[in-house]
Amino acid sequence: MAINKDTVKYTANLARIELSDEELDQFTGQLDRILAYVDKLDTLKADDLKPTSHVLKMKNVYREDVVKSSLSASDAIKNAPLAENNLFKVPKIIDIEA
Amino acid sequence: MSYEIVIGLEVHLQLNTKSKVFCGCSTDFGSAPNTQTCPVCLGFPGSLPVLNRLSLELGARVAIALNCQIAKEIRFDRKNYFYPDLPKDYQISQFDQPLAQRGVLNIITDEAEKKIRIRRVHLEEDTGKLFHQKDSSLIDFNRSGIPLLEIVSEPDMNSPEEAYLYLTALKSVLEYLDVSDCNMEEGSLRCDANISIRKKGDKELGTKTEIKNMNSFKGVKAALEYESKRQIDLLEDGKRIIQETRLYNVERCITEPMRSKEEAHDYRYFPEPDLVPFYFKEDFLRDIEKGIPELPEPKRNRFIKDYQLSNYDAAVIVSDKDTADYFEKCARLHGNPKTVANWLMGDISAYMKENGIVIKNLNLKPERLSGMLRMIDSGVITGKIAKTLLIEIIKTGTDPEELVKEKGLEQISDINLLENAVDEAVAENQKSVVDFKNGKDNAVMFLVGRVMQKTKGRANPNKVNEMLREKLKGAK
Amino acid sequence: MELNTLTAHNLADLLKKGDISPIDICNNIIDKIEKTENKLCALAHFDKEKALERCGNLDKAAEKNLLWGIPFFIKDNICVKDELTTCSSRILKNFKPPYNATVIGKLTDLGAVLMGKTNMDEFAFGSSTETSCYGPTRNPWDTERIPGGSSGGSAAAVAGDEAIFALGSDTGGSIRQPASLCGVVGLKPTYGRVSRYGLIAFASSLDQIGPITKDVEDAAILLKAISGHDEMDSTSADVLVPDYLSGMKKSVKGLKIGVPKEYFIEGMDKEVKDSLKIAIDKLEKLGAVCEDMSLPHTEYAVSVYYLVATAEASSNLARFDGVQYGLRADNVKSMMDMYKKTRKEGFGDEAKRRIILGTFALSSGYYDAYYAKALKVRTLIKTDFDEAFQKFDAIVTPTSPTAAFKIGEKTRDPLTMYLSDIFTISANLAGIPGISIPCGFTKNNLPIGLQILGKPFDEEMILRIAYNYEQNTDWHKRKPKL
Repeated sequence: MAINKDTVKYTANLARIELSDEELDQFTGQLDRILAYVDKLDTLKADDLKPTSHVLKMKNVYREDVVKSSLSASDAIKNAPLAENNLFKVPKIIDIEA
Repeated sequence: MSYEIVIGLEVHLQLNTKSKVFCGCSTDFGSAPNTQTCPVCLGFPGSLPVLNRLSLELGARVAIALNCQIAKEIRFDRKNYFYPDLPKDYQISQFDQPLAQRGVLNIITDEAEKKIRIRRVHLEEDTGKLFHQKDSSLIDFNRSGIPLLEIVSEPDMNSPEEAYLYLTALKSVLEYLDVSDCNMEEGSLRCDANISIRKKGDKELGTKTEIKNMNSFKGVKAALEYESKRQIDLLEDGKRIIQETRLYNVERCITEPMRSKEEAHDYRYFPEPDLVPFYFKEDFLRDIEKGIPELPEPKRNRFIKDYQLSNYDAAVIVSDKDTADYFEKCARLHGNPKTVANWLMGDISAYMKENGIVIKNLNLKPERLSGMLRMIDSGVITGKIAKTLLIEIIKTGTDPEELVKEKGLEQISDINLLENAVDEAVAENQKSVVDFKNGKDNAVMFLVGRVMQKTKGRANPNKVNEMLREKLKGAK
Repeated sequence: MELNTLTAHNLADLLKKGDISPIDICNNIIDKIEKTENKLCALAHFDKEKALERCGNLDKAAEKNLLWGIPFFIKDNICVKDELTTCSSRILKNFKPPYNATVIGKLTDLGAVLMGKTNMDEFAFGSSTETSCYGPTRNPWDTERIPGGSSGGSAAAVAGDEAIFALGSDTGGSIRQPASLCGVVGLKPTYGRVSRYGLIAFASSLDQIGPITKDVEDAAILLKAISGHDEMDSTSADVLVPDYLSGMKKSVKGLKIGVPKEYFIEGMDKEVKDSLKIAIDKLEKLGAVCEDMSLPHTEYAVSVYYLVATAEASSNLARFDGVQYGLRADNVKSMMDMYKKTRKEGFGDEAKRRIILGTFALSSGYYDAYYAKALKVRTLIKTDFDEAFQKFDAIVTPTSPTAAFKIGEKTRDPLTMYLSDIFTISANLAGIPGISIPCGFTKNNLPIGLQILGKPFDEEMILRIAYNYEQNTDWHKRKPKL
């Protein structure tokens, strides 16, 4: 088996998605099948190959250090589920790391 | 048992650009919440980053100044983690192909010079800022996307004092390069520390803790002093150190474990597909190198050699680039570096401290200072007058020569003009005259003092001395 | 006259002559939508008052442009300022971006009239437009069947004459496959040809916006209109955009066209295979030289794609966390709780599956075996094409191994669904342009598509072959009975 329930649970947590027990069962089976298919990559020797993360041959694309206009604060928070005094509002965070 | 403290520091530096690293929003400090945001730095879907060229150049400037090797190919990666101040829930950073690696910064301890190795320097984007209320937290994204340079040292520091010296030396270099405000209170410079303890002579590093939340260099030192003692005490008691992140509590001067459960980090770095790679051309790097000013360390050595300053004076003067530049200008204009250094570190420094100003804002042109010093040298004014004159020059912004003339502060060396005062002093202080005649040579000094008082400090003391001796001899 | 059935260039001629006005076209479109949309479910957001208003406010100064007064739809993952842009996902319900995608500005500047948004697979995750939170779109040729995906709404709207043309996005075939299954033209440009600014990212190194049209000429007009360097997109290439309209009219005589044997596989529909053979014969009759050849790493493409695309997606979709926009779950106890519940409620099954798969492929301990390995094999796939294009001007393949399948047929097994992209995925991995054009019908009257792949930034070549083929066949003239 390429993946088990514990790994799916751990991964879903990393991705911040809550799964029900049924979803966990279902996804584990489906992901296992997909990964079993993907395992065909193992038949290829690829260690010495350069990875292709990008197909373009482009390089050095910059902008100059010029200030452009920003959104207004009211536009910035317009889509916010919750806001207060033009600040985005979320449940209280403990410490400096979540 | 003897222990060794091992410290490595991670410094985050906001670079001085006008616009953010991946969008055109302003980087000004202190604006109203969320007024310096756009779809890019708010992480709105569909928005894309475009690199600010200057941020990479300033990064390269720092890397070269820290003697790092600049990467042939520079790439950006995504560091994935969820946090509400991180609008995309990933940070554009650099992982395996950072801007530069393997540098070095020298610090001067009591004993000697010490090399602190720099592991890596990389560019990334800053996060938003959180404000905590009773039941909720609020987020301002004005800071989100400000270019940050992360400078990571090797664990080469062996005391909190060395960590402090490293930060001071680093800040001094960064200020010379004019790449950042380096203001820890405003957050333009931030520092996290890794610290562990091992028995002296051990090769293996001990279990480390990461210390965060320090907001001044003194705070870093205090936190590390507390933490090293805490770790040593644990080891002495035969207990184990737990690898964890601890927060410095400024009020209580202690480090505390975080209250929230810390997960094992799995940042899932991968190449940022929205940006292309960057290559520096050789001549471009050479141009950056040429633009780097003389840095504190070589400058200090030069001042000792060229101006015969003491180690201490040179170190104090070069720690701030503006002061060093000011000193050098004055020294060249005036010709006596030691005198300039004395005035700079004495009366001028005291005045600045008292009035809370820095040398850049000091209303005292080098020409004026050297002009005043020349007037002392040539006997136009006395050193005593100069002390009050200096304050007047700064406050009024007038030329010292003019001020001296206007206020009539010139030294009086003309016998005819001094005659009266000398006669009066002799007439009023017959006891001293008698003492002198009885062989007490010192009595003449008392009389000089009387004359100085009568002339409000303007009399040339040597001349007065001469005249008094002449007069008293004749009276004999 | 039913103006909604015409192409953009036909309408441009009529507008120029003064026979019709933009409002006439708009009214025809609205009538058609009112008649058939309940059967198709091709649209995600459509406000006829707003569409008419836009028609009325057209800038006369832009009148000389070919697209002036032509109504169009866009896929719901392309941002329009202050208009709903939801990626057909609950998690973006009510989301109205504060800005326009670059392509929107380009088209409206030319005087084209934005009508609304088309339905899609949630976040473009799918090949059938069944994962939309608005319900599945149906194929105009057989409403029991899927239109393909993920730009199924765009393809169905164009094929069903609810739209003159539409924009879609293509990450692994999401323009070409639905175009093929709906019997219309779909073009995926070279990666970097069209700005992605304002396209809600699925997989950033693969995504491209492209047109879905009723004929090749419209595809050429649209490509010209939306292409070009954009300073807001670092990956948009600063490469000259040629005049496709004149370029595509050149003959195909003497062109060398490769026919890769890996694209004629066991298990593919015999009718598709047969149609392709006939199409290839046609191209030869027109003077092209078609030759069997090999793209040896084709069989790994699906594996590479589903690792690379989901890895990038897992990161791109992290931002949907309920903080700045979109859905936020109610009654949450903490930040962690808010993240997890919001994403549980907001994402559909396929989105969750792909996010978890992508997160897994990048996670510590699995990165090398999955993501890193996939990037290396991607190099092999790209090299296959680099080498092929040294010898061939273009490559032709079927667009999809089968014609449109039944709704619900593949939803239970994601892997089977993934394999339906088998012929379109490689072009995205290699970054090359591809076009799908109609090349036949099954005996059930379902369209079959021909895919033409070209060298990077040589869209002119694939348009040229497509145009020559189309001018000598009638497939594109057939209309579904709705």
